[in-house]
Amino acid sequence: MCPASFDYHRPASVAEAVQLLSRPGAKALAGGHSLIPAMNLRVAQPGELVDIGRLDVLRGIRVDGNRLIIGALSTHAQIAASPEVQKHCAALATACSTVGDPAVRNWGTIGGNLAHADPASDPPTVVLACDAVIHTQGENGQRAIKAADFFVDVFTVDLQPGELITSIEIPSQSHRRMAYVKLPHPASRYAVVGVCVSMHTSGGVCDQIAIAVGGATAKATRATGAQSALLGSLLEAEALEAAAIAISADIGDQAVSDIYANATYRRAMAGVLLKRAVKAL
Amino acid sequence: MASRIFGSGIKRREDPRLITGKGKFTGDIMLPHMLHMVVVRSPYAHATIKHIDVTAAAAVEGVVAVYTNADMTLANIPCAWLIPNSNLKLVPHPPLAKEKVRYVGDGVAIVLAESRDIAQDAADLVRVDYEALTAVVNPEEASMDGAPLLHVEAPNNIAFRWIASSGDAGVEKAFAEADVVVKERIVQQRLQPSSMETRAAVAQWDSGNEEMTLWVSSQNPHIARFVVSGVAGLPEHKLRVIAPEVGGGFGAKLPIYPDEVLTVWAARKLDRPVKWVESRSENYTVTTHGRDHIEYVEIAATKEGKVTALRGKVYAGMGGYLSTAAPGIPTIAHGLMYSGVYTIPNLRCESIGVFTTTTPVDAYRGAGRPEATFLVERLMDKLADKLGMDPVVLRRKNLIPPFANGYTVAMGITYDSGNYEGALAKALGIADYDQLRKEQAEARTKGRYIGIGVTTYAELCGFGPSAVAGATGFQGGLWESAIVRVSPVGKVQVLIGASPHGQGEETTFAQIISDELGFPVKDIDVIHGDTSRTPMGWGTYGSRTTAVGGAALVLAARKIKEKARAMAAHLLEAAVEDIDYDDGKFFVKGSPDKFKTIQDATLMATLAWNLPPGMEPGMEASQFYDPPNFTYPFGAHIAVVEIDPDTGKVDLKRYIAVDDCGPQINPVIVKGQVHGGLAQGIGQALCEGAVYDDNGQLLTGAMTDYAIPRADMFPQFEIDHTVTPSPHHPIGVKGIGEAGTIASTPTIYNAVIDALKPFGIESINMPLTAPRVWAAIQEARANHAIGGR
Repeated sequence: MCPASFDYHRPASVAEAVQLLSRPGAKALAGGHSLIPAMNLRVAQPGELVDIGRLDVLRGIRVDGNRLIIGALSTHAQIAASPEVQKHCAALATACSTVGDPAVRNWGTIGGNLAHADPASDPPTVVLACDAVIHTQGENGQRAIKAADFFVDVFTVDLQPGELITSIEIPSQSHRRMAYVKLPHPASRYAVVGVCVSMHTSGGVCDQIAIAVGGATAKATRATGAQSALLGSLLEAEALEAAAIAISADIGDQAVSDIYANATYRRAMAGVLLKRAVKAL
Repeated sequence: MASRIFGSGIKRREDPRLITGKGKFTGDIMLPHMLHMVVVRSPYAHATIKHIDVTAAAAVEGVVAVYTNADMTLANIPCAWLIPNSNLKLVPHPPLAKEKVRYVGDGVAIVLAESRDIAQDAADLVRVDYEALTAVVNPEEASMDGAPLLHVEAPNNIAFRWIASSGDAGVEKAFAEADVVVKERIVQQRLQPSSMETRAAVAQWDSGNEEMTLWVSSQNPHIARFVVSGVAGLPEHKLRVIAPEVGGGFGAKLPIYPDEVLTVWAARKLDRPVKWVESRSENYTVTTHGRDHIEYVEIAATKEGKVTALRGKVYAGMGGYLSTAAPGIPTIAHGLMYSGVYTIPNLRCESIGVFTTTTPVDAYRGAGRPEATFLVERLMDKLADKLGMDPVVLRRKNLIPPFANGYTVAMGITYDSGNYEGALAKALGIADYDQLRKEQAEARTKGRYIGIGVTTYAELCGFGPSAVAGATGFQGGLWESAIVRVSPVGKVQVLIGASPHGQGEETTFAQIISDELGFPVKDIDVIHGDTSRTPMGWGTYGSRTTAVGGAALVLAARKIKEKARAMAAHLLEAAVEDIDYDDGKFFVKGSPDKFKTIQDATLMATLAWNLPPGMEPGMEASQFYDPPNFTYPFGAHIAVVEIDPDTGKVDLKRYIAVDDCGPQINPVIVKGQVHGGLAQGIGQALCEGAVYDDNGQLLTGAMTDYAIPRADMFPQFEIDHTVTPSPHHPIGVKGIGEAGTIASTPTIYNAVIDALKPFGIESINMPLTAPRVWAAIQEARANHAIGGR
């Protein structure tokens, strides 16, 4: 297929990019691995493409105190291979290493991934579990948006027209143990269900925990019931079973059904994956 | 004698150009003044066309023409397998829909423009006023009273009804008297062939000579010429069809489609070259699908495990129209193989072809034989379970004993040669079957679900002879041809009518020539895929290129050899009877040091200064070959799977394939064919399946939804073989292209059901995805409250 015609811009600065993106019908192009397939199918027909791929200021992964700062143009492959990410947010490295295939991981970017907000994508689940902050720049200046507020619905995030993700800030999880486990769709390799756990134990007792589940609902979701079930527990079999039941309830009737897997399966798998994630810690 | 090139695993000569990006595919062809065609397609599965308005599309700058059915007088796209005694309804299939559309993707208009982008933009502006009709996607439901009717010519949407029987009275009696009867409803889900290269066509009209050239991604350019010339109204000798590199076909590039005909028609109409390249989305919605059977089958046996009868009723989805070979697949290529490798005396197959508002169905790797093998192998396992017998023991009680020259099964066809026990014993040995069963029993006590599937199979392939084609309504011949042409200095051109597209015959056919005549492989070129350069042939499908075309080639080579021998005898001043041959050299018996090479003989025959009396100059031979029978490769496959009961995921632990395709010309290429076939057959078992919604919309229309198998699904395949030559082939070879696909689907399926035996699960519809297996386990646990953890 061939896309509908469009104008192409390659801004030299974030400010110029924001200005271009503020125009009606403009769309940011980073790795292009979500946008271009949609354009080829003419599902997306942006009138103007703003190629932000040369904005080097949006690249790079660094540690600032106890915060991990990931530039929006970092690719999945760069994140998966980054020693900083492996140390401070290991599950994000895992998640990014399972996105798509090598071509997608070498081109696709974390910023584009989060902005696209595919409900079955892997990184949003981890970002949500880590209480990350999404930094953006728009016409009205910069914003810092909590991940919990950022993801709104299917393919919908809290970004204004023209607003660009510049970086993702993740509180270091190095004092915690993390895992991300998923059941990949056999064709797309997106998560049918993906579960991220970030946990701290003290004397065998779970005293800090964050759990997020993706793929199962319209957007990545924090499993608050499951968190409660495990917090204060010794992670014994009964607690894990209770957490598995709780995560199914957390998803509840928000679970999605499609031709591959129905809601019942997704609810049940969230529990199975949660148990496996905890065991993998 | 030097080590034989026949049987040696030399590297494929095709590969250097293909893996360095130098292969020329139809899509690579660019011609001056070329136009690009886009087909406007129906978004409805079933609708009446009220009005088409092309005004806006035609007004787009760069658009040269927009045409609908009203603008053209083209013949209908024909169906070419008109099964006799089946009341087959030959419904009209216009290249562009006229009053009605019958599947999503049915073409309604074509746009021709200076670029593909412009053509696509304009196509989006063609306004079609449809009145939606009710869709029907399930072939069994479509055949019922009151179902939406696709074609007035075909009441109840029934395209044909075909019955093959060893004798109905005998079948009835066997079932009535059986100790045990086992039944199964099998859904052979619809599959989307996913060749790497989509379809494509480029047509160039030479108005001065009134000649047309069509480049097309096809498995059979000669059939394409035969059919396209008829539909487009071109004299056949004025149409040249070229299949350049073809990036996979798997059966779906066998049919003749509207798109290629429209490309030709538009090129002539506008007197400009026209190019059409299918998008992946079009490939999934328009290029023919495979399988799509709903089957009711049953098997009868004595309590000792002797099978006495097998019968089945098949509802075979045809899609919106009858594609080129479609009716032959659930009938001839399926029903006649009902008994597989077993001595089943009573057989009956009723096959009902049904129109549905879906993409037309045609051949897909194995075509009819995978379905046949699946049902008999599935029933054997279910019967073994019912009898409390090991499935291998049951099979051995019923295997046809080894035979070297002909065994006639109850359906009336005669297998050429077979040693089924030999292949089975070898596979069991590689697998260490008894040990596997012990490990399985041990694992079950620990709550692990390991399953073992064993399949023994034979396939009917090497499609020919032509008399059978005629008797079964195939509107063509099934012979092949070859020309061997030796240049003065001894370089060889082999011209064949078949059209390899990935099977490696540029290599294996050179090996045949080298083996027969002693020319080095590097001096032999195998030319195919061009109706103006090659002699007529019927194409590459049904594992027939080596089985039939290879036989023509051997016989042509032997003509060359005899002529060279006569020439050498003349040069050596000896009688022909006194001449011996070894590895490209002719010499008087007992005097191997004084010889003439085949190159010497060729040069002197070509110069023709001093020919033996009566000999024509030159060194060229032509051979047409119509085989006396099909070939019947066979084998035994074993799979070991483990099921994760928590997620339902099937993990394939081992796969053992012992195949017998007769002598192997190139064992590496054989192995490659087996690997590819296994991947496709396992894909059907575990992940592939087209899904339509009730409105006839294809929900698996993209590669993100349609799951083709990936390398990480597979263990290292354990491949081996036995060698049982075909008695009627000049070098005994049988064909290997489809074997892996035919045997692997039931092998995997039986292994999964075997793994799930503790749950009492007897059947799950394919593909056996994790959610489906998990749901079956949940249901079984709810019903039986057993097997849980």
